[in-house]
Amino acid sequence: MSTAQSGATKRRTAATTPEPPPADEQRQRKKSRPPSATGRENRAGLAFVTPTFVVVLVVVILPILWTVLLAFQNAKLVDIQDMGLLGNWTLDNFTQVFSSAGFWSSLSTTLVYTVGATLGSVVLGLIAALALRTPFRGRGLLRGAMLLPYVAPVVAVAFVWEVALSPQYGIVNEWGRSLFGWDDPIAFLSTREYEVGLLGAHFDIPLALLTVIAFETWRYFPFAFLFILARLQAVPGGLEEAAKVDGATPLQRFRHILLPQLMPVMALLCVLRFIMTFNKFDDVYLLTNGGAGTEVAAVRVYDFLTSRYDVGAAAAQALVLAAVLMVLLGLYFKFFGKKVQEES
Amino acid sequence: MSPLSMTRTQFEERLFGVLRWVVIAFLAVITIAPFYYMVLLSVKSIDSLLLDPGSLWVSAKEFTLSTYENVLKPQSEGGQGFLQLLLNSALVSLGTVALTLIAAVPGAYAISRLKFFGNRQISAMFLAVYMFPATLLAVPLFVMFAKLGLSSSLAGLAIVYVAQTVPVSIYMLKNYFVTIPYSIEEAAALDGCSRLQALRKVILPLALPSLMATGLYVFMIAWNEFLFALLFLAADPEKWTVSLGLAQLSNGIEVSKTVLMAGSVVLTIPVILLFFAAERLLTEGLTSGADKS
Repeated sequence: MSTAQSGATKRRTAATTPEPPPADEQRQRKKSRPPSATGRENRAGLAFVTPTFVVVLVVVILPILWTVLLAFQNAKLVDIQDMGLLGNWTLDNFTQVFSSAGFWSSLSTTLVYTVGATLGSVVLGLIAALALRTPFRGRGLLRGAMLLPYVAPVVAVAFVWEVALSPQYGIVNEWGRSLFGWDDPIAFLSTREYEVGLLGAHFDIPLALLTVIAFETWRYFPFAFLFILARLQAVPGGLEEAAKVDGATPLQRFRHILLPQLMPVMALLCVLRFIMTFNKFDDVYLLTNGGAGTEVAAVRVYDFLTSRYDVGAAAAQALVLAAVLMVLLGLYFKFFGKKVQEES
Repeated sequence: MSPLSMTRTQFEERLFGVLRWVVIAFLAVITIAPFYYMVLLSVKSIDSLLLDPGSLWVSAKEFTLSTYENVLKPQSEGGQGFLQLLLNSALVSLGTVALTLIAAVPGAYAISRLKFFGNRQISAMFLAVYMFPATLLAVPLFVMFAKLGLSSSLAGLAIVYVAQTVPVSIYMLKNYFVTIPYSIEEAAALDGCSRLQALRKVILPLALPSLMATGLYVFMIAWNEFLFALLFLAADPEKWTVSLGLAQLSNGIEVSKTVLMAGSVVLTIPVILLFFAAERLLTEGLTSGADKS
């Protein structure tokens, strides 16, 4: 956008600057060419952007504003038919949300889930991009196959995981027993805490939560992989060659040459994935129904909405979730935003 | 260069040379195996699954297509009626693609090529909207559609999907529009084309790869979507999309897991086929701009 525009201005100034033309020619030029050119472009721009703007306004922005209203209203689905847009003001929804059992634990679950899945998918995406950077036989094929988890429908892949991890007929438990000698089948998706013994010490790990994090990592690492690989292939080869000649080891070349180049895109991916995962509903709902310590906040919104038909409370819960997300993003940009910009 | 650092370089090179193949093998397993497993189970009967859950292949004796027959047969004949659901999904997804592109193209064109008052604010707004969580949209849309009597309607669902896909479409299209040289449009203007004609006859044909990539991405989102389908259509089995139908199927106890896997295959195949038909297009459309950041 900027190049095209600056190009246009440059041409215009180049045409006018050389020498001040005689007065009447100047007047002529004024007549033949714009005040109207920019005005016309302005009008055309507004004309083109208006339909899109209206659609976004009607289907996205107005509904979100309505969420804000609903959050402060006493709104149940049954009486919504005859309820006006305004009125019935109350703060009950928020007290209900904050005081309801499990609100704070669901918030911390959401955070753990989001951070784990975001880091997991970006790091695995990075590793995959590095491994597939140089050509080998079958790279194209693998590259295509690696996008499968990302493009496949969530319902289908969630079932595959559910069946594969099942304690009764799942392949994972079957192999775990025959290869690793597991005594009992492990119920990956319904075990809140799993006791592990390591070097004589026993501690509990939140198994179901870790499993949904693994699922999310698996499903979204291809997305990170795509972006990181694209950036990786734009890194000038000369830089690395030079470092190689200077005797830098592969690790040093990665740390000092590749990583700084990849940092901006990885930071962007982290922000994107964080936002998307923070509000994720389907994955957890399909795998565990929000049980066994995996109740993320988005699942609670759904529960308020469908099992209690409490529209106001659902709106309040969604709003609180969005507010927490905004605060976190604000903090992120305050502390890291500048740094990322400098590095890019 | 001391001999010590030489050996360190050699050591690391050898180590990463091996590790690279380990990683490649690992990636191949985790991405392909689940889908292989899905297809494998879909052609078995539940008995042979329970008999040997760890088996990695299907013998000729076990092989059956009755699972697919069960999934696809209409409910009146004792099946699960997935053909109807496939049709519903296709209608909703194609409708979403058409509506989204119609809504997104003019705006993306305007913010990428025209200088107008408020350009920057509007393009920032489009990007910000992309970040809005779907949960914020779920409540008001749910209520609105209940009010309008549009719940349990495929058209209503398509509108909801448009809300989800317009922002990202604007973003993808914009990224492509800016790469089309401005001079081409100036030439069209000299030839007497209006803006609208220039967009239709010059820009859109040139942007065809991007239009297709965006359309494909939108199709995938709509086809795979689950939350809103569940919210809006759950009460009306006639209107279910495949995703929703499959999820509801799993709640029924009498349906065996292998039938469920056949349903998963049916749900997955259209998306995968489309994706492989246009893989390059899609990956480039998605990541264009990433290498410039």
